[in-house]
Amino acid sequence: MSTVLGAMRRNTELGLMLMAGVLTAGAYTLAGLGRSASLPANLVPFLLIILGLLAAAHVATRRLAPNADGILLPIAGLLNGIGYVFIARLDSDLAAAQAMWTAIGVGAFIATLALVRRARDIERLRYTFALAGIGLLLMPLLPGLGQNINGARLWVRLGSVTFQPGELAKIALAVFFASYLVEKQPMLAMGTRKVAGVWVPNVRHFGPIVLAWAFSLVVMFWEKDLGSSLLFFALFITMLWVATARNFYLGIGGVMFAGGALIAYSVFDHVKTRVHILTDPWSVATGSGYQTVQALFAFAAGGLTGTNIGQGSPQRIPAVSTDFIFAAIGEELGLLGTVAILMAFLLMVGAGLRIAMRVEPPFEKLLAAGLTAIIGLQTFIILGGVTRLVPLTGITLPFVSYGGSSLISNYILLALLLRISADDYERKVRAPA
Amino acid sequence: MNTQIRRLGVVLVVLFCALFVQLNWLQVIDANDLNNHPANSRAVVRDFIQPRGNIQTADGMLIAESVPSGDSFKVQRRYPQGDLYSHITGYFSFTYGSEGVEREYNDALTGTISKSGFDPRDLLVEKDKTANVTLTINSKLQQIATEQLGDRKGSVVAIDPRTGGILAFADYPRYDPNTLASHHQDAVRQAWTELNADDGKPLLPRTYRERYPPGSSFKVVTAATGLATGTATPAMPVYPNLKELPLPNAGGQTLANFGGGTCGGNLVDALRVSCNTAFAQLGLDLGAQKLSAGAEAFGFNKVPPIDLPFGAAAFFPPASSFARDLPGVAKSAIGQQDVSATPLQMALVAAGIANNGVIMTPHLLAEVRNSEGEVIKSYDNKPWLTAVPANVAQQTRDMMVGVVAGGSGSRAQIPGVAVAGKTGTAQTGRDQSHVWFIAFAPAEAPRIAVAVMLENQPSLTEVTGGALAAPIAAAVIRAALAS
Repeated sequence: MSTVLGAMRRNTELGLMLMAGVLTAGAYTLAGLGRSASLPANLVPFLLIILGLLAAAHVATRRLAPNADGILLPIAGLLNGIGYVFIARLDSDLAAAQAMWTAIGVGAFIATLALVRRARDIERLRYTFALAGIGLLLMPLLPGLGQNINGARLWVRLGSVTFQPGELAKIALAVFFASYLVEKQPMLAMGTRKVAGVWVPNVRHFGPIVLAWAFSLVVMFWEKDLGSSLLFFALFITMLWVATARNFYLGIGGVMFAGGALIAYSVFDHVKTRVHILTDPWSVATGSGYQTVQALFAFAAGGLTGTNIGQGSPQRIPAVSTDFIFAAIGEELGLLGTVAILMAFLLMVGAGLRIAMRVEPPFEKLLAAGLTAIIGLQTFIILGGVTRLVPLTGITLPFVSYGGSSLISNYILLALLLRISADDYERKVRAPA
Repeated sequence: MNTQIRRLGVVLVVLFCALFVQLNWLQVIDANDLNNHPANSRAVVRDFIQPRGNIQTADGMLIAESVPSGDSFKVQRRYPQGDLYSHITGYFSFTYGSEGVEREYNDALTGTISKSGFDPRDLLVEKDKTANVTLTINSKLQQIATEQLGDRKGSVVAIDPRTGGILAFADYPRYDPNTLASHHQDAVRQAWTELNADDGKPLLPRTYRERYPPGSSFKVVTAATGLATGTATPAMPVYPNLKELPLPNAGGQTLANFGGGTCGGNLVDALRVSCNTAFAQLGLDLGAQKLSAGAEAFGFNKVPPIDLPFGAAAFFPPASSFARDLPGVAKSAIGQQDVSATPLQMALVAAGIANNGVIMTPHLLAEVRNSEGEVIKSYDNKPWLTAVPANVAQQTRDMMVGVVAGGSGSRAQIPGVAVAGKTGTAQTGRDQSHVWFIAFAPAEAPRIAVAVMLENQPSLTEVTGGALAAPIAAAVIRAALAS
């Protein structure tokens, strides 16, 4: 069903997509002009593939969710495009792979829109999603399947492809949390006592929060994945708080987080190292703090306007095309570039929360808020780590970093948000308030 | 739930604001400190890992190139000719920076200059943006000049007087720039320490950075200045035959000829045998003002605008310094006392006489070509100084021809070619002198000007000095005229 507003939204989307495409192609051109000729010309076809895929995603939205929000997809496209330019500029071998992952990601986006015709359809599948989420999260622990990479066990190898199932797990769990919390909301929000003006729920309602906490500790202990662990717990607490409107849960969540963090700090050397790098990177500038220090130098080298794409030397930062891609952007596009990226994520968060505010059914409202929180929190955790604001935890920057699992899951997340916003609008057209 | 969602939005905005503040701190407020942090080697490495163009001689001999290194620096700078061109190319070292042409033409070599700005085709075709630098150096002359020098400390400078292009720039001792361009930092540090500790100063490009007393080779400047000011003509005055010249206001001090000989005659005769008493008298006749101005007209007290870093200026004392030192004028007129010159400067004196009085700007760059062989920059020849009028230059030339044809420079004779030259000997110790020879040929249409300087040779007379330095000049001139 297409409507007048839907058509307007799609035209807005098309216009913004064109701008994203022009920006991406422009950035690519600048990279090609860098004096070290860091960009081999044979990557141009891949750029065209990326731009073509963004166009395909737009066409799919016209067909499958014509009334969906019009600005989320162009922002994702812009981030994906800028990320691609930097990946191509940093490591030409990864460029082709990133183009392929983008294709699979856009495929997953289209498939999600095609399969999930109404957001409420997935509400009934909550335990399927719960199992899928837990299974995906724990999958790397399976012997023979899991892979240790850089000291963290969050990878799964299937044939020649390695995959980070935790990236998909966060969506599955967000769906489960939304569905579960909406059902249990009256019970969880019900206070039995009021202590110092704060509603304190019955102890037996603590079950789910303890379970989520324990679960994130498992992830941290056995997979040594601090970023994902933090993200899951924060996601759960956020959604619990949004669902129940009980500040108590924020407080208890904060206490439990602090407890978990203390345990982790006292038990794990690598957590101690991360904290030490945060507080005093210079004492370990050539050792464990090398990556962080080089990232700080990259940001400083960029200054206000950057060295221009292809003219910096971000290759000095280990893992620069994945976790640290923001430092490369900081060096070559400067403060103007990093703030622009920051604004793009903020616009994405704003658009996501606006969808959550407008939509009526609680499940969809909570899911939209949860999915948006994932984007916002994940962006903050990695950018805060890279800029030495919080301890560094290795997770990807949504849509920008190199990585298949990350791109695919973020495109699925995007499709779900678009579906929720389309549903909302169609419902309102059918039954005008 | 909307209240919570709104608050969630506020929390996320606050977190993003924290990122915004931190980015401002890193990229603007604290950026300068971070850029200058001792642990930060970004700027050095950035230049070092870039592709870099070749340097080659005018006849196409490769003297500096970059080859894949297989290590984290990606490329290794190589100097295929070893030490032969060390004071031309200089070095490109991670630890010690760069020197010579590597330093002077860094922008061209790294591809910062381009012919036409933006070319959309660059996006579609993989293209090497570095440019190759071609010098005016002739590899055969460089080879011969270096061989002739052997293991005697000194310099040979050969220049095309018509263009100012340097044809050969040889000196000894030298160093192998490969030892400083290595990626093994410890080995580079050790080589650097050893080179700096070496008494022979192998890192010093004597050709354009070291000054020596020019001795009698400076008489060319004095003679030309005498002619240009009308103080003398080739025929007049006739200087008396003297063994020694009593100096004014010197309390009976005299100035003697080399080896205690007796000489005199007109300017032609005096130059031919390098007569000290005659030139000292000419200097006194000129006076401090004119003599000093004459030296500066030839480029003394100015750094020659050669395209190499940290060149040195030749020195001639200012006229005011002779106010109470008339004997100093006489001594300076024969290139003694405080007068000093780089071998390059004395080659420019010869080149100026050769080129009708006009000294062309000395330079090493012939052209810069991009990776496709297109010329993106070529050197525009331009005059540096007009030392003397053309007729004075021609008269001076004829007198210098006499020096080689029948005077102290006879060892520079080449059958069938009129060579113009002048010897120089500057005593530095009891039995040793810096010996000089400056020359150009063919006298009627000069194509090459040469200065040869040998440090501390066991020789005290113009004839013995000429015997050491003149053959080197002759060999280089012969090779240049043969090609």
